[in-house]
Amino acid sequence: MLHTVNKSPFEKNSLQTCLRLSQPGSSILLIEDGIYGALKGSDAAANITEHLQDRQFYVLGPDLKARGIDKSRLIDGIEIVDYDGFVKLAVEEPKVQSWM
Amino acid sequence: MSDQEASPTSGIIKKFLYVNRRAPHGSNYAQEGLEVALVGAAFEQDVAMAYIDDGVFQLKTDQDTSEIGTKNFSPTYRALGDYDVKKIYVEKESLEKRGLTQDDLMPLVYEDEDDDWAEKPMINLVSAAELQDIIEQSDVVLNF
Amino acid sequence: MKFSVVVNEGPYTHQASDSAYYFTRAVLSQGHEIMRVFFYHDGVNNGTRLTTPPQDDRNITNRWSDLAKEHDLDLVVCVAAAQRRGIVDEDEQKRNSKDTNNIADGFRISGLGQLIEAGIQSDRLVAFGD
Repeated sequence: MLHTVNKSPFEKNSLQTCLRLSQPGSSILLIEDGIYGALKGSDAAANITEHLQDRQFYVLGPDLKARGIDKSRLIDGIEIVDYDGFVKLAVEEPKVQSWM
Repeated sequence: MSDQEASPTSGIIKKFLYVNRRAPHGSNYAQEGLEVALVGAAFEQDVAMAYIDDGVFQLKTDQDTSEIGTKNFSPTYRALGDYDVKKIYVEKESLEKRGLTQDDLMPLVYEDEDDDWAEKPMINLVSAAELQDIIEQSDVVLNF
Repeated sequence: MKFSVVVNEGPYTHQASDSAYYFTRAVLSQGHEIMRVFFYHDGVNNGTRLTTPPQDDRNITNRWSDLAKEHDLDLVVCVAAAQRRGIVDEDEQKRNSKDTNNIADGFRISGLGQLIEAGIQSDRLVAFGD
């Protein structure tokens, strides 16, 4: 299952809830303000680093670029995709759940 | 709806899960989310509601909007059973985090036609792990 | 594969409608089908043709209308949400005795059942909102 998260973890608990309620093996794509959850060294980074073993994390490149976040600032192991990649993930996974 | 009745969706039954994560009244998502569930009932799908995070506040007893000017739609939750929505999942962790217990929630029931119309409780308290499975096993998940 | 997209926020305040637009374009460019784009909650505000953004900004409504024309998309605005927020087509104008209508090209107003139907008939339903 593909989960999208569009909220900054500093603003709302959408990422935490997504991680609590997604099964191991899920794919999680951070979009819009959700991309701030991917920042290395932030207070919120543990949300992702604790789940890197059993979940695959992605961020939407256009949303990173718009916010001035270079890929060097991302937690290691997170993959960047564009909108085509977003669609491919949505096709590969049996359904999409949007955490807003 | 009988099998013969023509419908663009006849024959397909999917598991719909409505995920409600917002408190009522401060925004309109709860009310409009509830409307989707009620309209969806006419489509004879397998419908369940999940209340997570601040969504659990939607089911709080004693809501009275008479002094804030908004519509009090909380009695509508009691009608869910009449619309064949009988599965309501409330995440235990979300309730506990907010200092609530099941006694704070409206006692929602449905009448079981297979059991002489006996009133049965609709609210199921579930753990995060159980909710993971419920979400995973749904076909269509809509968020409000 | 058959997709439907749900847009739950209006234009310009939140990125949701922009994200939904780019996602929809990518779905189409990869040869998949968009069965329907359903606008709910404040998302119905994407469907007014009276939108007039500054010259140097995108016109979110026109962008949807153009995409609908190009790909024969079904852009559906929820009637209950639209009535609350003053999005009106010709039928609704007559029904509710309004002095005008404002629905944009390519959009139509219909019931919430269209959202449920999209959920039933599409292989994937992807929602954008706040």
